[in-house]
Amino acid sequence: MAHAPDFRRWLALALLLILAVAVPPVLAALGQGFYIGFAARVLIMALAALSLDLVMGLGGMISFGHAAFLGLGAYVVGIGSWHVFDGAPLPFGLAGSENALIVWPLAMLVAGLAALGIGAISLRTTGVHFIMITLAFAQMLFFLAGGLKTYGGDDGITLYNRSQLAGLKLSDPTTFYYLCLGLLVTVLAVLLRLSSSRFGMVLRGVRDNERRMRALGFPTYRYKLAAFVLSGMICGLAGALLANASEFASPAIMSWQRSGELLVMVVLGGMGSLIGPVLGAVALMVLEESLADLTQHWQVILGPLLVLLALSARRGLWGWIKGRDGAP
Amino acid sequence: MTEPLLHTSGLVKRYGGVIATHQVALAVERGHLHALIGPNGAGKSTLIGLLSGEMAADAGHIHFNGHDVTRLHVHRRARLGLARSFQITSIFKSFSVLANVVLAVQAHAGHSFRFWRPAVRDPALVGPALAALDRVGLADRRHHAAAALSHGERRQLELAMALAGDPAMLLLDEPMAGMGPEDGRAMVDLLQSLKGERTILLVEHDMDAVFQLADRISVLVYGAVIASGTPDHIRTDPEVRRAYLGEEA
Ligand SMILES: Nc1ncnc2c1ncn2[C@@H]1O[C@H](COP(=O)(O)OP(=O)(O)O)[C@@H](O)[C@H]1O
Ligand SMILES: [Mg+2]
Repeated sequence: MAHAPDFRRWLALALLLILAVAVPPVLAALGQGFYIGFAARVLIMALAALSLDLVMGLGGMISFGHAAFLGLGAYVVGIGSWHVFDGAPLPFGLAGSENALIVWPLAMLVAGLAALGIGAISLRTTGVHFIMITLAFAQMLFFLAGGLKTYGGDDGITLYNRSQLAGLKLSDPTTFYYLCLGLLVTVLAVLLRLSSSRFGMVLRGVRDNERRMRALGFPTYRYKLAAFVLSGMICGLAGALLANASEFASPAIMSWQRSGELLVMVVLGGMGSLIGPVLGAVALMVLEESLADLTQHWQVILGPLLVLLALSARRGLWGWIKGRDGAP
Repeated sequence: MTEPLLHTSGLVKRYGGVIATHQVALAVERGHLHALIGPNGAGKSTLIGLLSGEMAADAGHIHFNGHDVTRLHVHRRARLGLARSFQITSIFKSFSVLANVVLAVQAHAGHSFRFWRPAVRDPALVGPALAALDRVGLADRRHHAAAALSHGERRQLELAMALAGDPAMLLLDEPMAGMGPEDGRAMVDLLQSLKGERTILLVEHDMDAVFQLADRISVLVYGAVIASGTPDHIRTDPEVRRAYLGEEA
């Protein structure tokens, strides 16, 4: 009895993976190769939504500022590339770089450090206060990025080249798509494993009942902070990929609307399931794209549509696909 | 005379103008089942909260097992072996029964920065968790969702979670609250079996249970301890009879 939902879950996952692998050849066969780049951006936003679900779905920390980490990751790639082109040195004797093995980990490091600072302060609060403080920090970074006159101010930086990764040609949309898919699947697999580990248990315990966790003897703050930093790093990686996908980094990536989109993806797909937010990202972006093709006033349609979706599938798209399940 | 396992002096807690705890000096001897009784609103839950560290005292001291724990955070006191249960059941509803207790064991099994191995399949956690579930009679319900338990079973789970960390002392806030007579009797039996094995501070309204179980009883009225002693002593104390027991008899 306990195995039936499990089977359905793995079957659904396998089918989704096959679908994802099939996207580039199918699009190419349909003569819609242009959309492969869009599909890669969907995977990248899915990675960002996944990172948000780590803190929000597992840990119950509703961050309204995750776009900040996305933006920081993008800016690290953008600034690295800008200095390669311009030749001007960076502080601390650093030079510009387009090497993915340097720039992407650096993007994760910078986003992780920002998450450490933001989390250390925000996590002293909970609930609505936490939401507002994370939003405030993201807005701060948004305006800060807009003030970087060297790097294009509000207009941002155009990448002269995509990052270089070993022998891969990342400017080829199909190659780039599969790289994004590989990273997304890897992170998803690791986080799924993590969610039932001791660390994952603590996060879910905090989400359910933080007071009880403390009474049991858990110093909850440090675990929440660790999750927040890990989440920020993953989101930073998504940002680095996003800069490559759009060959562009600008303050708009950090806008509060972007943070809101990430929240919608998580809720739409099914909070706390990790897989759900990936589906939520796909659903939201495909909806946006197709509605925008139909009419200029697509947002007027999207809003009610989201409300309907949220009402009809309370545990999100993934809850609806995998069916009922037991407690962990 | 040996040092009590837990003792307080001059403990005070105010909520605005309300004095919920008034100059409480309480001593709980090692191995005793010490009952704390008093009318509703007397400050029993508040006192439990002060002892467990969920609330900070406005004045006074708390000593536990040779440590001055007055300023220690709640999780540090739990680690020292001071476990509590809640008057209003406080469990992890989205977890299975087993996972609830596994989490309680995990709290005492070193740090939780372990990211790979599934906790509910770790024998080092599951073993003690099953032992605690067995103790309270919930072992056969271990794979159920905690949310699906009856009220009485939740109270049992609550106790299993307190027991799981092998605490030196249990602070039990009305473990029988809202239970039917049958579950209540089972709980009394369980407490009887724990007696002597653990030091217990028990808040309870059921006077039959209290007088049957307790080695010592302290009576709290308007935040102050008005009497403390053996059940026989409390039964015959004129002030207690007037202030509290009299109105029940
Ligand atoms: N969080 C709180 N804020 C304000 N007053 C409180 C709070 N908790 C308890 N009190 C008051 O403190 C007194 C003691 O409450 P409590 O400790 O819950 O009593 P008991 O557990 O003995 O019924 C009561 O008068 C109650 O109204
Ligand atoms: Mg009470």
